[in-house]
Amino acid sequence: MKVSYYPGCSLHATGREYDESVKAVSKALDIELNEIDDWSCCGASSAHMTNFKLSVALPARNIIAAEKDELDVMVPCAACFNRFKSAQYHLKNDEALRAEVEGIIGEEYKGSVAIRNPIDIIYNDIGVDKLSEVVTKKLEGLKPVSYYGCLLLRPPEVCEFDDYENPYMMDKLMGSLGAESRKWSCKTDCCGGSLTLGKTEIVVRLVDRLMTMAREAGANCIVTACPVCFANLDTRASENVVLPAFYFTELIALALGLEGSDAWFKMHNVDPRPLLSSLGLI
Amino acid sequence: MSTFLEEVNERIGGVPIQACYHCRKCTAGCPIAFAMDYNPNAIIKMIQMGMRDRVLNSSTIWLCASCETCVTRCPNNVDIARMMDVLREIAIEENVGAKEKNILKFHEAFLSNIKLGGRISEPLMIALYKIKSGDYFSDLGMGMSMFMKGKIKLLSPRTKDMKSVRNIFKSTGK
Repeated sequence: MKVSYYPGCSLHATGREYDESVKAVSKALDIELNEIDDWSCCGASSAHMTNFKLSVALPARNIIAAEKDELDVMVPCAACFNRFKSAQYHLKNDEALRAEVEGIIGEEYKGSVAIRNPIDIIYNDIGVDKLSEVVTKKLEGLKPVSYYGCLLLRPPEVCEFDDYENPYMMDKLMGSLGAESRKWSCKTDCCGGSLTLGKTEIVVRLVDRLMTMAREAGANCIVTACPVCFANLDTRASENVVLPAFYFTELIALALGLEGSDAWFKMHNVDPRPLLSSLGLI
Repeated sequence: MSTFLEEVNERIGGVPIQACYHCRKCTAGCPIAFAMDYNPNAIIKMIQMGMRDRVLNSSTIWLCASCETCVTRCPNNVDIARMMDVLREIAIEENVGAKEKNILKFHEAFLSNIKLGGRISEPLMIALYKIKSGDYFSDLGMGMSMFMKGKIKLLSPRTKDMKSVRNIFKSTGK
């Protein structure tokens, strides 16, 4: 299959291993990525927290650019995904806003492309059966908790993604790789997101709780699809509770025996390699 | 003239917030409530009571992380997360002076960075934030370590058609 690709700013910087692993996994699963031409930032939390119209117009510029190709748009970053879905929701339901935004961008908004996270594309279009067929190294001994966070799921009528109180797609993907996905009750809790610079102590408290709960659930690592969550998990947890974090695509790549995973793991602040080598996975 | 409640409701443009019957589900599920000076449902009541200055000067409106748990669980579909956005917008427009100054400075640094290059360059955005907030020293070691690992690059590709990006800021600016 062929999709439009919106990496977003994080995937070109602190989320580099997410970008590279999404690309490696997509290639292995025959998903062709067509990067949106001359894309710009979605505005993230800072736009919608301070200026509603800006928060719709910034993603709209990218969605309109993607509409030329009429393909589903893969948006790996949960924060970008949320802003794109939210812009589409408002543009669909508010005609006056839509006319104004079209005037600002200077082009028509058609609402013709679906915004999709790679979890959804791999789970629904590739499928767990196909995925488990191409696994060359089962992730035996790896016990991740799947951490979905806020921005893929809420509000549900905007995000239209998985079960919003008890999501399962990432757990199923982990299971198909041979990992033992652990059940826990913090799948959809918040990590504090963009408060990480302005109010670090709040993020430390939230992340420490996530790590503590993951340990109670018997996990030895935590897996996510959000570069904001990943950065907070990987850099803000206290030493006595910390567990290594992974992007879900890094683990798919590892199980598929794809090249590059060692370079990605080296970029983590909390080095996951001791855990992986103790399990004989690297 | 309109009341504070009417003003907030009009900007939200959805369910009027007085639909709230204070079951406190929003507050019970709020991950940040422990750090707020007023709980989310208390802010609703304070708006109804016309306590404009206290609401706009609260830490709550800046600490809300927009996790959207409140609106997802509200039995009356009150969009509390959008309400917080609206309150921040009013506080900025009226130059109230954010109680959590560094959070607003972070947003300003973030948006300035988009205006400059169309995309976030993390080192530049963090430098802008540090200049604005005066918080020069936190996370320096972390930043250096990320730089050494190749996660942070000093130069990253920018959006070429900056005219269109600047026009978005110009047309939506108040």
